[in-house]
Amino acid sequence: MSTSTIKSVFWKGCRDGAPFILVAAPFSLLFGVVGTEAGLNIAEIMGFSVLVIAGAAQFAALHLMIQDAPTLVILATSLAVNLRMAMYSASLVPHLGQASLRRRALVAYFNFDQSYAMAIIEYERNPERPVTEKFFYFLGVVTPVAGAWYAFSLIGAVLGESIPTDIGLDFALPITFLALIGPMLKSVAHLAAALTSVIVALALGGLPYGAGLLIAGLAAMVVGAETERRMT
Amino acid sequence: MTFSAAEIWFIIIALGIGTFLIRFSFLGIIGNRRMPDWVLRHLRYTPVALIPGLVAPLVLWPEATGGTPDPARLSAAAATVLIGWATRNVIAAVLGGAATLALAMWLL
Repeated sequence: MSTSTIKSVFWKGCRDGAPFILVAAPFSLLFGVVGTEAGLNIAEIMGFSVLVIAGAAQFAALHLMIQDAPTLVILATSLAVNLRMAMYSASLVPHLGQASLRRRALVAYFNFDQSYAMAIIEYERNPERPVTEKFFYFLGVVTPVAGAWYAFSLIGAVLGESIPTDIGLDFALPITFLALIGPMLKSVAHLAAALTSVIVALALGGLPYGAGLLIAGLAAMVVGAETERRMT
Repeated sequence: MTFSAAEIWFIIIALGIGTFLIRFSFLGIIGNRRMPDWVLRHLRYTPVALIPGLVAPLVLWPEATGGTPDPARLSAAAATVLIGWATRNVIAAVLGGAATLALAMWLL
């Protein structure tokens, strides 16, 4: 594998990941500010953003810590919020399973919604890419996103309460997720899976700990796979 | 919040390890072993099975309006998916969706 190919897939990843700075920056800034207001110091806020690096789970933990919930409840709730990532992990196996253990561990650390979704779209477009290129593409995608995540957590923690928490970017997160859906709709089976996911997730939206989404995800995977099997 | 520094760091580290193990799970254990076809067939639908369900409540019941459906956000959402579907280009979809939202909020 030439260095120039690796560089070019890495940069392609960086370019594809760059729009997600729009999500990572305000979200992590908010975490820094809210964390400071709740009484965490800068090291603790950065501990969350670097060691956990999962927005929804960090906010869930913070929210419960503010309410003085028992430690076990905080851990169980926040980890449940992250359970969907086990499905992402399984879905990456056909593409990155051949990478070395150290590289798989690095991918796992950076395996969050945006990086996973962006990478899997690219892998399905070019399934024959060598595993090394797929790995460096993934690293490229996460570089701007994780960079913004760390940097803006720190800015939020340092500036704290002097930053207004109503930044008016509430819809940046939904828009970037929605932008990922269009390119995923490649067949009737994919469309059927997407519709199942939306309907079940909305119907079960009241379940705690994101359980509705997990059930929606499993149901939609079955619908997608069954539709594919019956149509071929 | 009444947690001591030690308790806070215990929560951070336990959450970090747990999150990593969830993300590493299949990728770490299965590695390059071949998975059966029926498993692979289901896994192909993972992204499209989770991302729409993740975003649907945020679109239909946006936090900014206190959970009331909002025409501007709904039209921006529809535009984003359609542009992404038509162009297969994520960046075009983000920009198109943001432009639609700005326009709709100005019009409505």
